[in-house]
Amino acid sequence: VIVGASLAGLRAAQTLRARGFDGQLTVVGDELHMPYDRPPLSKQLLAGRVRPADCALRLDDLEAEWVLGRRAIGLDLERRTVVCAGPVEYGFDGLILATGSSARPWRGVSLPARRNVFFLRTLDDSLALVDAIRTARKVVILGAGFIGCETASTLRGIGCNVELVDVAPYPMSPLGADVGAVCTELHAEHGVGLHLGVSVQAFEAHDDRIAGVRLTDGSQLPADLLLVAIGAEPNTRWLHGSGLTLDPGIVCDETCEAKGGPDVFCAGDVASFPSSFANGELVRVEHWTNAVEQALVAAGNLLALPDKRVAYDPVPSFWSDQYGIKIQSVGFPARADKHVLLEGDLADRKFVMGFISDGMLVGAVGFASPRRMLWFRRQIAERAMVEQVALQN
Amino acid sequence: MKVKVDLEICESHGECGFVAPDVFELNDDDVLVWNPDPDESLKDKVLQAAAVCPTQAITVEI
Repeated sequence: VIVGASLAGLRAAQTLRARGFDGQLTVVGDELHMPYDRPPLSKQLLAGRVRPADCALRLDDLEAEWVLGRRAIGLDLERRTVVCAGPVEYGFDGLILATGSSARPWRGVSLPARRNVFFLRTLDDSLALVDAIRTARKVVILGAGFIGCETASTLRGIGCNVELVDVAPYPMSPLGADVGAVCTELHAEHGVGLHLGVSVQAFEAHDDRIAGVRLTDGSQLPADLLLVAIGAEPNTRWLHGSGLTLDPGIVCDETCEAKGGPDVFCAGDVASFPSSFANGELVRVEHWTNAVEQALVAAGNLLALPDKRVAYDPVPSFWSDQYGIKIQSVGFPARADKHVLLEGDLADRKFVMGFISDGMLVGAVGFASPRRMLWFRRQIAERAMVEQVALQN
Repeated sequence: MKVKVDLEICESHGECGFVAPDVFELNDDDVLVWNPDPDESLKDKVLQAAAVCPTQAITVEI
């Protein structure tokens, strides 16, 4: 049984079949859609350049039973069953947990439930937003993380007025102050109103809508539409009391096997796994590529004998498209103690910034530099010291 | 094994070049170059490269 019918769940299912598993395979998902790709939700789909059908992930000739629109509500490790709403039970010999994450709810000053308040996580969220921006002109985005920034870029491209708000002093704050400064310039050049280092004082509701947002610096932002983009939280609440260890991700070992759950493996946004790039501490990686890479390893290990299991110790990567620039990040920039420009020029918006911890390159962020980012990612994987990288460079 | 890449949809993320460096590489213009007929011994890595492609641009015929 695989719980989670998105990218990680699909890649796990495909891997099980590719490795010769010919038993019964059930994939359970709480959304009604067959697996689809999320990156277009804040880009091409939102801009109206592709249709929902174009976001479908290729299934090829995968043989599996799809149970869609059904939420998992409990796991009984002793009886080896997943309990879904209904209730319906699914027994398993092996289990892969890939339930992903949800948009983090707003927990700041009181935000009344109104029909022009949006989150962006699912296909339905994106379609609702597409519908709303037909008439909305003034958009306020709370959160200048990667979804907030990307959405700001897309909405500017189709002519919306965008105000971007974050408590951090610069956008994409895990990427550091210098990359943040470039992001600030980019948004400003493209006409986004930036409100950084401030938070929300109050929301102003009018009838069934949020009409405006008052910030702690006194500014007043009129809003036709409010998008809350303040991160994601792993979907693990249904596992409370199951015996698995939650942090709130599902704690697993280096083979992706859940602590406290033999034959239970996890992949994607929900998995907290030890990383050698973080001194063996647990990390959780909410990136597209991690959903794939971890699903491949988790599914392979589920089928393998215990002594044939392989360790999962990735150099994570993610990308974002903003104002026509491909922004890439590899490794663990947020864990670095300093950063240094490795090549290029910030002013050209074509550069690679290196992130260093104890003299070792642990991360890199690149603007418009895919070939070089591939090279630096290999250096990180090989645990290169930064002096070495500079020499070879 | 035959490897095809649709360069119309490839966005040069470089994921394939990370997992299968012997088969996929980005050139000086950030365009993907690849070996269309790699050795059978590279099968697992090539399949992994296809799985991690963010634009589903890689197809593998075995």
